[in-house]
Amino acid sequence: MQTEPLKAKCGQVFRNFYAQVQAIHIDQLELKWITISMLVIALFVGVITIDAFFHGVNPPSKVETIDSASLHLNKEFAEDNLGVQVDDKGVITIRMVAGRYSFFPKHIDVPAETSLTFRWVSMDVLHGVHIPMTNMSTMIVPGYVAEITTTFPKPGEYPVLCNEYCGLGHNHMWSNISVIAKEDWKAPVKSPAKGGSNNE
Amino acid sequence: MNDAEERKLALSHLWVAFIAFIVACFMGEYQVLERSGFIPALDSPSAYFASVSTHGVLMAYVLTTFFIMGFGYYIATTSLKQPVWNKPLAWGGFWLALIGVVLAAIPLLTGKASVLYTFYPPVVAHAAFYIGATLLVVGSWVWCVIMLVMFVQWKKANTGQPVPLAMFATTMNALLWLWTSAGVALEVLFQLIPLSLGWIDTLDPGLSRTLFAWTLHPIVYFWLIPAYIAFYVFVPKQAGGFLFSDEMARLAFIVLAVFALPIGFHHLYMDPEQAKGWKLLHGIGTFVVTLPTLVTGFTVIASLEIAGRLRGGKGLFGWIGSLPWTNTMVLSVILSLLMLIFGGFGGVVNASYAMNGMIHNTAWVPGHFHLIFAGTTVIMYFAIAYYLWPMLVKKPLFSSSMALLQLWTWFIGMSILTTPWHVLGLLGQPRRISTVVYNSLLTLAWKPYEFMMIFGGLILLGSACLFIYNLAKTQFNASTEVFDGEIEFAEPIHAVTSLPEWLNDFKIWNKVIAVLMAISFGYPILQFFIMDTYESSSWGF
Repeated sequence: MQTEPLKAKCGQVFRNFYAQVQAIHIDQLELKWITISMLVIALFVGVITIDAFFHGVNPPSKVETIDSASLHLNKEFAEDNLGVQVDDKGVITIRMVAGRYSFFPKHIDVPAETSLTFRWVSMDVLHGVHIPMTNMSTMIVPGYVAEITTTFPKPGEYPVLCNEYCGLGHNHMWSNISVIAKEDWKAPVKSPAKGGSNNE
Repeated sequence: MNDAEERKLALSHLWVAFIAFIVACFMGEYQVLERSGFIPALDSPSAYFASVSTHGVLMAYVLTTFFIMGFGYYIATTSLKQPVWNKPLAWGGFWLALIGVVLAAIPLLTGKASVLYTFYPPVVAHAAFYIGATLLVVGSWVWCVIMLVMFVQWKKANTGQPVPLAMFATTMNALLWLWTSAGVALEVLFQLIPLSLGWIDTLDPGLSRTLFAWTLHPIVYFWLIPAYIAFYVFVPKQAGGFLFSDEMARLAFIVLAVFALPIGFHHLYMDPEQAKGWKLLHGIGTFVVTLPTLVTGFTVIASLEIAGRLRGGKGLFGWIGSLPWTNTMVLSVILSLLMLIFGGFGGVVNASYAMNGMIHNTAWVPGHFHLIFAGTTVIMYFAIAYYLWPMLVKKPLFSSSMALLQLWTWFIGMSILTTPWHVLGLLGQPRRISTVVYNSLLTLAWKPYEFMMIFGGLILLGSACLFIYNLAKTQFNASTEVFDGEIEFAEPIHAVTSLPEWLNDFKIWNKVIAVLMAISFGYPILQFFIMDTYESSSWGF
């Protein structure tokens, strides 16, 4: 295969372009400013990329699909399975359903300073969920499971708010979460959703 | 050249833009009042969300599109010194877009399209809303075609000469808009209109959001570019100086148009239907596109400094005081840059993964885009209107001091409106709520900020009324005085006599955009046809 002519042509195009760039009048002061700007941008991009690759700082991006229209037939998100669950290894998973106009179960207890994995699904339209003062925030798009792992540093009572317009009752869409000091928190015996006391 | 027809064309577009603007301003003030809950009688989610949807459509689609079209026609005819190509077609585009607006307004105002200007399927509005929006976009495509044709024709007739900077930027904006609007056009034509008419039963909201994100970032640059054009081609002259660099201005417009497109996923950071690698790629692109804005900031401030020193300003900061602060264009650019600095800081927060998690979809977000769009961008729309109006109607501006007062009050009102809005977001208030009903202590901290927003909104509403009054008085006053000034484009310090083709044409950049779009949106869109996805049926609101 003859690559030489192609290489020569590419080289020529590049040299031409370089010569044209050189010929553009750029003031020295402006060049300095552009260099500084690029360094600042490189710093921001560098921090974000390093965090993403080495510290796992990423937004919820699992790309896992689910049939939102038949959640009631879905084993994972069956009523008995909702809320906080601890597996044999002590990993805490919280399964939540968003629907107009609340998050279900309406109240959950979770431990502070512990890694928690939330799995949110919608049973109808687009929703978003944010627990103010924390980074527990994700969109809940029908057809997809929104998974997010986070830790709450401070115990307290937090509201769980819908932050995406989902209909005229959007502002009525909220529930509660109690973040309890790690040592005081007890894993739910079986399924938390069964007890009526949490679902008034 | 007799440009009566061009002036009429520009005036018609600008009036539609500003009438939409003033109507939407009244709605904005009603919304802050309703949301605060201070007047219980106002409390009505159906009225509130009909109003928010209309306010968004009028400000983001009608004001911007009509302003950009009218401004573009006048820039094309004055900078190229030739009549607008195919005027009947241009009028056709105008009427098509206007019919679209009226068609969309009917369901919006009757509460049948309270889906906000971002659509949000699977919630579905009346079909007329989507069809009206489509006609508006098709009307704007007519404008794009006319801009591209005029650009190409001029280049053919003036071989080897640099295209005037104002027209170069306008044409890059037309190219940008054709690419930008393709995303939402696909969503509306293949998903929303068929679903609203019952031709299909389901759609994939993940795909809808991805297509909308294609449009959602570059559309703000489509709105912003006229402001940047004024920065580069009007401000230096009005301040009494020269443009710092013509070539860097072109480069800035090119990088804006090219890199604004492949970065829309920063609107989907928190979405489950796209993977993190794609989000990171778009996130990096988002930081790249800050570069032309930083260059613009430099060029504008450098141009102002030259003017200030030419006017006798001395010392490190003395030149600032000797600028013509009573010139509407110069005052606007100073206030616009101030808002750009703060809005830009906010934008960097939004663009950063981890920080975005704290403010995503909180009140911070509308605070941010009001500051950067209604502040930075729209104040330049005012400046352009004050500058062009006397030329368009051939009468002097009714009141220059009223114009200065209007610009100051817009800046002050916007500061008072958006500062508490940002704080509310940091305090966890979600956006798009009609009232606060959460039974939480947290909400007590929100009250004083909501009160401040009402006050800021009132100042803005007064300012907007002054603006419309001044324009109407200028045009309809029975003044016998004739204004015969002409549009003046700033001269660069170093006149450009020849330019490499890639700084003087859009065709090569069109190819670069195609490649970048294929890389950044190719697989993310394709994945919806590869994965096993489950679609949603339509829902009311």
